[in-house]
Amino acid sequence: MNAALLLLADSRLPAGGHGHSGGAEQAVRTGAVTGLADLAAFLRGRLATAGLAAAALAAAARELAAGPAADAAAWRELDAEADARTASPAQREAARAQGRLLLRGARRIWPAPVLDGLAAALPRGAHHPIALGAVSAAAGCSGGEAALAAAYASITGPATAAVRLLGLDPVGVHRLLAGLAPAMEDVARAAGSPAAWAALPAHTAPALDLLAEQHLRTEVRLFVS
Amino acid sequence: MSADHDDHHDPSPPAGRALRLGVGGPVGSGKTALVAALCRTLGPVLRLGVVTNDIYTTEDADFLRAAGVLAPDRIAAVQTGCCPHTAIRDDIAANLDAVEELEERLGPLDLVIVESGGDNLTATFSRGLADRQIFVLDVSGGDKVPRKGGPGVTGADLLVINKTDLAEHVGADLTVMSRDAAAVREGRPVIFTSVRQVPEVYAVAAWVRGVVEAWAHDRDHQHPQVAPRPAGVAAPRPAPVPRPDDR
Repeated sequence: MNAALLLLADSRLPAGGHGHSGGAEQAVRTGAVTGLADLAAFLRGRLATAGLAAAALAAAARELAAGPAADAAAWRELDAEADARTASPAQREAARAQGRLLLRGARRIWPAPVLDGLAAALPRGAHHPIALGAVSAAAGCSGGEAALAAAYASITGPATAAVRLLGLDPVGVHRLLAGLAPAMEDVARAAGSPAAWAALPAHTAPALDLLAEQHLRTEVRLFVS
Repeated sequence: MSADHDDHHDPSPPAGRALRLGVGGPVGSGKTALVAALCRTLGPVLRLGVVTNDIYTTEDADFLRAAGVLAPDRIAAVQTGCCPHTAIRDDIAANLDAVEELEERLGPLDLVIVESGGDNLTATFSRGLADRQIFVLDVSGGDKVPRKGGPGVTGADLLVINKTDLAEHVGADLTVMSRDAAAVREGRPVIFTSVRQVPEVYAVAAWVRGVVEAWAHDRDHQHPQVAPRPAGVAAPRPAPVPRPDDR
């Protein structure tokens, strides 16, 4: 049991997550997501691509943070791995903003030198999964738990955004998330096994990249991403 | 950027930073117009920054950025994901980040105004984000609104009741609004405005200057643990004749 994991994954954690839709706002705007069935497909796709990459990065960051090698150069190298797995500049910017905001809160919630070191190494913000992995270490979560939190965040944020934007039945959306719970665990397991950083999963979703870029160029935006 | 800062202490250390003033209130009450008016009046005398929440269109942004109001680089925008109250109360991270980015980029500032997206009567700013807050109502929402109270109406450091020029057209009794507001606000000030008719908003601007000066005085004199109230701005009780103080 680990109550810290619940705190870390809770959408009420004051880390700015509520302002991000992970492409859902643009998917709604373009008509790619109009209801529960579309949303289910969108979330499955997101979990299997960006979600898996994020989970693997989070687990790697957790491992780095808990070990002796977490110096500035190592953080920058791992962050570069995240950059390499994030083709869209808009998504990179959004990921850094979320990482920066998470670290801002977490440094006061779970104070730890390793978080100060990460913030100093990447002052513009580490990619969110990197920050999440480091915070997981500070909060006392395992690598598998860090990966699970990343997988969870990769689809719950967009799901909540769809509820707000489309007026979907929130119970129906949560039922959908419950149905995806085994897939989230699968992703966390697949991500949690340590690998050389270059060999970390690099699944991409070109449609998500395009949505992120279109979103940034849209005049009326309710979400940051 | 902000992540460079030592972030271990409480989020409101007065030393070396600007006063953060929240401006909240329901949709359409005139928050953006008031902020623009404050920028126009105070911009020449104070070092100002503005963080807007939920500016939907470039038209709104242009309203603030129009010539003579404020330079575009002094305005930062935050998107709140359809939850304006969350961004000013429950999860203030994005707004704090924007405020600190402005202060860092522009150098020392005297005042950073954070304008909330339009929300309901229960929305107020977290003390972790705003040192002082203004709540803006307008008369066209009905003269019963102050009586209904709510944290914004009762607790804001300043209550502004705007669009007094519409009162006669919507059947709103300003005397009633003034009396009711005074009754629930325990002496905290209320100012009636018509930003459209008196765009200089003299009385509100004077209140803000008072608050900023009190803040700067406290900051520079290092009184420990002091939460200064603005000097000389307490509302008369009972409330004054309800015509726009800004005329």
